[in-house]
Amino acid sequence: MRALLLAVLLVLTGCSSSQEPTRTVTVFAAASLTEVFTAIGKDFEAANPGVRITFNFAGSSALAQQINQGAPADVFASAAPANMKQVTDALAPVTFTRNQLEIAVPKGNPGKITGLADFGDANRKIALCAEQVPCGAAAKKALAAAGVTGAPDTLEQDVKAALTKVRLGEVDAALVYRTDVKAAGAEVEGIDFPEAASAVNDYPIAVLGKAPNAADAKRFVDFVLSDRGKTALTNAGFTAP
Amino acid sequence: MNGRRVSRGRLPAVLVLPALVGLAFLVLPLVGLLLRTPWAELPTRLFSTGVGEALQLSLLCASLATVVCVVLGVPLAWVLARGELPGRRLIRALVTVPLVLPPVVGGVALLLVLGRRGPVGELLDSWFGVSLPFTTAGVVVAEAFVAMPFLVISVEGALRAADPRIEEAAATLGASRWLTFRRVTLPSVMPGVVAGTVLCWARALGEFGATITFAGNFPGETTTMPLAVYLALESDPQAAIVLSVVLLAVSVAVLASLRDRWVGG
Amino acid sequence: MSLDALLQMDRACLDLPLTVEPGEVVVVLGPNGAGKTTALRALAGLLPLQGGHIRLGNHVWDAPPKEFVPPQQRPVGMVFQDYLLFQHMSVLENVAFGLRARGIPRHTARSRALTWLETVGLADRARERPSALSGGQAQRVALARALATEPELLLLDEPLAALDAATRLRVRAELARHLRDFPGCTVLVTHDPVDAMALGDRLVVIEDGQVTQTGAPRDVAQHPGTDYIAHLVGLNLVRGKANGTIVTLDNGDTWMTTTAASGAINVAFAPTAIRLSHTRTQGPNAWQVTVTGVEQHAHTTRVHLDRSLSADLSPTALADLDLDGPLWASVDPADLRVYKSR
Repeated sequence: MRALLLAVLLVLTGCSSSQEPTRTVTVFAAASLTEVFTAIGKDFEAANPGVRITFNFAGSSALAQQINQGAPADVFASAAPANMKQVTDALAPVTFTRNQLEIAVPKGNPGKITGLADFGDANRKIALCAEQVPCGAAAKKALAAAGVTGAPDTLEQDVKAALTKVRLGEVDAALVYRTDVKAAGAEVEGIDFPEAASAVNDYPIAVLGKAPNAADAKRFVDFVLSDRGKTALTNAGFTAP
Repeated sequence: MNGRRVSRGRLPAVLVLPALVGLAFLVLPLVGLLLRTPWAELPTRLFSTGVGEALQLSLLCASLATVVCVVLGVPLAWVLARGELPGRRLIRALVTVPLVLPPVVGGVALLLVLGRRGPVGELLDSWFGVSLPFTTAGVVVAEAFVAMPFLVISVEGALRAADPRIEEAAATLGASRWLTFRRVTLPSVMPGVVAGTVLCWARALGEFGATITFAGNFPGETTTMPLAVYLALESDPQAAIVLSVVLLAVSVAVLASLRDRWVGG
Repeated sequence: MSLDALLQMDRACLDLPLTVEPGEVVVVLGPNGAGKTTALRALAGLLPLQGGHIRLGNHVWDAPPKEFVPPQQRPVGMVFQDYLLFQHMSVLENVAFGLRARGIPRHTARSRALTWLETVGLADRARERPSALSGGQAQRVALARALATEPELLLLDEPLAALDAATRLRVRAELARHLRDFPGCTVLVTHDPVDAMALGDRLVVIEDGQVTQTGAPRDVAQHPGTDYIAHLVGLNLVRGKANGTIVTLDNGDTWMTTTAASGAINVAFAPTAIRLSHTRTQGPNAWQVTVTGVEQHAHTTRVHLDRSLSADLSPTALADLDLDGPLWASVDPADLRVYKSR
């Protein structure tokens, strides 16, 4: 059975095997980092010839599980400290950026949403993230801080799904990250609210203990923490820690 | 040609080996799941309200979706198998679209049409005050959309395999096409209909992508077992395993009893 | 009510006029692919005509391009070659189906169906599934099912073809009895001359969609008009022009007959009438032949000759002959049957 699995794996990976002299850094990063990390990765590759960055973007908890099951990752960038804690193998995580919530409404704000108080209105269609995912946990905190009992119509499995519902106009409002509103462009409008400060999400990053390419992994993390990395993150709507 | 038949019972290895590997491939993940199940916690988790609610909702929605599929899908299969329509090949290809479409995309497509800004959804809302997304009815719609091809393909196959002259015999005996369909055609393709229904139900029960995209996720209303499993996986993998095992056990029990009842074991 | 039809279909190049009186059994006889089944399907309404008409009494069933009565509205009963019984129903339900379809209440339909099953001698099998029946029994159920609706027109497609020889003999006799009792019009198609002779009041022979001969079975058997019919009834057929008892055959030979006739004629004779020898016999009606094949039957040997003739020889006659050598055939003028060709 083991031999068979090996054979299957060889077949599956065989096509992508290469003779490149380059070294590869595999970065597992939270889905909300997709756009900004792709850009940072390009910059890093330009500055470090011979190093290639491969990304695996997904929900932080899914990534944490994959790493714990032995996925060959060099770097893990999580959207929440809790998921970083699940990874026993992370070496000295540092918070490299922060994200805060914003109210996302469809273009033109058809539901006439003005603030967090509207999230308790049962007549409005509201999407939140499920509590099990970071944006849901943050939303819960923010609503509590505002003293609003949320009346969501749906608890989405991740922030992108919540945003999709806003984009399609299926809901009047959703609580998502500022970065997501920014990335969504003109279809979605963002509304800031004061309680957002009480539910800021820290993003930790760490090199992994079993990193196949620890040296380059460290250089990538340093690059993210550098001024160039910070600028890119700020431009994408993240806030400095 | 007249060589002695040696041991009719022995099967050729060239078939048996791949068969065993295939079986292992299907069963091993299941075994993995069972091995990791926290059996001690099972009863307490099982009777937590969330699980019962999700399971009940799953069974209800899958069954309703199956009814929708049978009511709409069997006639569709009949038209595809017997009707002399122009562009029948194209229609048949279209029917299988939900099979190839990633379910999430199917969910988005449903939103685009039946959502409150979709052309049909808008009409439903203004005429009947009905809004499907984020409702239990929406779950049924999403599940039916994804599961219907299984029924249609299965029933159409059975209809094509059936001798169309048996319908002619009924016609010469004075039976209208509807009576013929009801009393002659349908009973003769019943095994195909049952097989299709079972497939359809199983597919609806396990449906995740289209459901969460179109109907969203809200406990007691649209959170079916697969959605509950997915979200549990985010925070509590053990709970996810328990939910999966429950879903598995229930579906296997239902399918096995159906098989005994209809397919005659 | 009598049937009056002209069946014209591009398919099978069918052009078949057909009239059937009430109580009459008309057998359409022809080789496979002659268009027999197509004709029957057109009568049942399973295929629309392309030309011609179908009328039963005053009712027009099909008259392209305007009139077409669908099969379920025609008072027909049809027995299919492979019976097409409904496998998921009991024998009784099969027979009652047509009555139920015509709106007769369940109870009445069932009791009438049972009566029909009694008529065909299968009342004791009423509750069984068709799969439990033998071929002959299935055929009788199919007949009962077709007759139960008391149709004006009964159609039978090769009703005995699916049966083995022994069953066939018995079922044929029974079928003949039921057909005699049936008051409506009957059209039966077959490629089997024995069925045709035994069951038909009148034969219509079709070849390639065209009628080649019609008449009473005995007349057709004795005066075959085409090679196909001659072959079916086991006769040799040659054609020629008669002038008194002298016949000039189409190939130029001159034969003597004992029946005076004039004009275009057919000459039919039995394979047993041909005598073969190595030398030309004295006397009339002798010609040189080539053997194209030999077929062993029970007590005779059939020797196939050129010009699609055949000769039946006894074993002793065969023993004296070298079939590879030059052969002469002859036939006694008294064994020839001469009749006008149509």
